[in-house]
Amino acid sequence: MEALLDIRELQTHFQTEAGVLRAVDGVSLRVREGETVCIVGESGCGKSMTAMSVLGLVEGPSGKVAGGEVRFGGRDLLRMSRQELRTLRGHELSMIFQEPMSSLNPVLTIGRQIAEPLREHLRLGRKEAMRRAVELIREVGISRPEQIADAYPHELSGGMLQRVMIAIAVSCKPKLLIADEPTTALDVTIQAQILDLLRGLQAKSGMALLLITHDLGVVAEMADYVIVMYAGKVVEEGEVERLFREPRHPYTQGLLRSKPVLGQVREELYSIPGQVPNPLELGAGCAFADRCEFAMDRCRRQEPPLAPVGSDQQAACWLHGKEG
Amino acid sequence: MSVANGRLAVQPGAGRSKRSSIWGDAARRLIRNKLAVSGFLVVALMFAACFLGPLFSPYADNKINMAQMNRPPSASHWLGTDALGRDVLTRVLQAGRISLTVGLASMGLSVALGALLGIVAGYYRGIVDQLIMRLADLLLTIPSLPLLFIAGALLSEWKVPPDSRMYIVMIMLAVVGWPGLARMVRGQILSLREREFMQATTVLGLRGRRRLLGHLLPNLVPLLIVIATLNIGGAILSESVLSFFGLGVTPPTPTWGNMIDAANNMIDFEKRPWLWIPPGFSIFATVIAINLFGDALRDVLDPKQRR
Ligand SMILES: Nc1ncnc2c1ncn2[C@@H]1O[C@H](COP(=O)(O)OP(=O)(O)OP(=O)(O)O)[C@@H](O)[C@H]1O
Ligand code: SF4
Ligand SMILES: [Mg+2]
Repeated sequence: MEALLDIRELQTHFQTEAGVLRAVDGVSLRVREGETVCIVGESGCGKSMTAMSVLGLVEGPSGKVAGGEVRFGGRDLLRMSRQELRTLRGHELSMIFQEPMSSLNPVLTIGRQIAEPLREHLRLGRKEAMRRAVELIREVGISRPEQIADAYPHELSGGMLQRVMIAIAVSCKPKLLIADEPTTALDVTIQAQILDLLRGLQAKSGMALLLITHDLGVVAEMADYVIVMYAGKVVEEGEVERLFREPRHPYTQGLLRSKPVLGQVREELYSIPGQVPNPLELGAGCAFADRCEFAMDRCRRQEPPLAPVGSDQQAACWLHGKEG
Repeated sequence: MSVANGRLAVQPGAGRSKRSSIWGDAARRLIRNKLAVSGFLVVALMFAACFLGPLFSPYADNKINMAQMNRPPSASHWLGTDALGRDVLTRVLQAGRISLTVGLASMGLSVALGALLGIVAGYYRGIVDQLIMRLADLLLTIPSLPLLFIAGALLSEWKVPPDSRMYIVMIMLAVVGWPGLARMVRGQILSLREREFMQATTVLGLRGRRRLLGHLLPNLVPLLIVIATLNIGGAILSESVLSFFGLGVTPPTPTWGNMIDAANNMIDFEKRPWLWIPPGFSIFATVIAINLFGDALRDVLDPKQRR
């Protein structure tokens, strides 16, 4: 069966003064219907840009999707007209962000903002959309939904605002929800509730979830399948149990070093010694070489391709690749 | 689901009543500001006096009365009489009607023009933006008073009848008023459209019209209110200056500016202060009061102060 979302060899580049910055450099990934795929990686590795590229949100003078293919439900998103893409966004394909406060319009009521996509995509009337908005507020676990519908964003707490964002995102029953670090800005207890909510909604509606995070605790709790990114590339991917049990790439091993306990969300990510490389100064070899304890000569000369290591798992590392 | 019920972080009364917060908050903070309240009261009083006052005056017909020329204030003429024996108080109020009307109307015109052009420029950008903003820049590089003087002088040259001059002055003021306004509105739009919540509307797949009218414009309302308020003061002042130089609204239509002009000679200035102090004070008080109120409005409505 064809995957719901199928990204192939995606290239997203930024034109900078110092040269071309490959924010996303040949990323491929698949999300099947109802599945939860997590993208993990340190800050700046291109997680958000991957998601933005899918939605056609990389625009403006400097950034553009320079290559690859993004198929969603069989349609090629990168070749769609703006108009077609617009009718898809917020309808079949939704996204939520890290900062719910700044994603909401400060001068419009919560109810009005939830009603907007309903009116746009499902063509509901004003009254009907508002009624549905109140229901949605209830569905995302906020009590007194009628009052909240009339409130403004600054009157609600961060956790409630993220619930509201989720309500907006799922209002038109999307097939895929992309969540870019949805819990990073929230405190730990609220994080767990938001993840619960996402799982609950998923169970009810069968939507797929592409979850971006740098928190392996979140991955352990949510993912079916994990994509590990480093410097714009996928360095390892695999089914969640396998990847946690047997990480093959030294970077993944580093991330997992202080093992997250399943079902427990941790606050801090163990940090691997060394710096994330400047994406403009990447040489020919493995981008992780400067921080890798196993780095060999070959690693600096030649870039390791992503290759299968056992079933349901792939890694881009010369320790596992075939000799070549 | 074990979920915290709706915990309200900021205000326990959130969402209690419709439209409670934003405008309600602003109004409450405004009422606490003494300068704003006094400013508002002065303006309100001025409006009431000018528009209702003359109805109760026995001298509202402006009959020339040679027997009562240049009389100082007395029980029958509280602010004295002018060179034609007309009641100064009544004249000041009637002049206020004109001055305030010109101020309000030219404000309305320039805000409408400025907001419309600023929105179009900021939202659609590209060539439209270039055209509008070049025109605005051009008008802004010419200082507005000389421009108004030239226009006023042309009006006199072409012998435009006094009753229609009032309307032409309104339009003149709007023409010099819109560029600054358009630029401010455009700037605000450019910064608003980069804000995350506007980008979020793209992510939601909302069409352009809905994003502009439903999401962007409401954020512009506070700015427009503040600009409009401050603009009235500026327009009243400009009209007074123009009329003082005989280039704005001309007699017999009275305005505060041309009333002072009528007293603009050594004898009147030294010996008959009741001729120029009342209109002068009216301009001063009205403009100051409007600006105080406008400044307070800006403090209260400034989006940057809102979290
Ligand atoms: N507008 C831009 N111009 C130039 N470079 C950009 C721009 N936006 C992003 N980048 C670069 O793209 C790379 C990937 O950014 P991205 O936002 O995808 O990282 P991320 O993995 O989401 O990180 P984080 O965890 O901090 O959100 C970074 O190196 C960043 O500097
Ligand atoms: S390819 Fe070499 S440098 Fe890169 S992760 Fe593997 S061992 Fe380390
Ligand atoms: Mg990011």
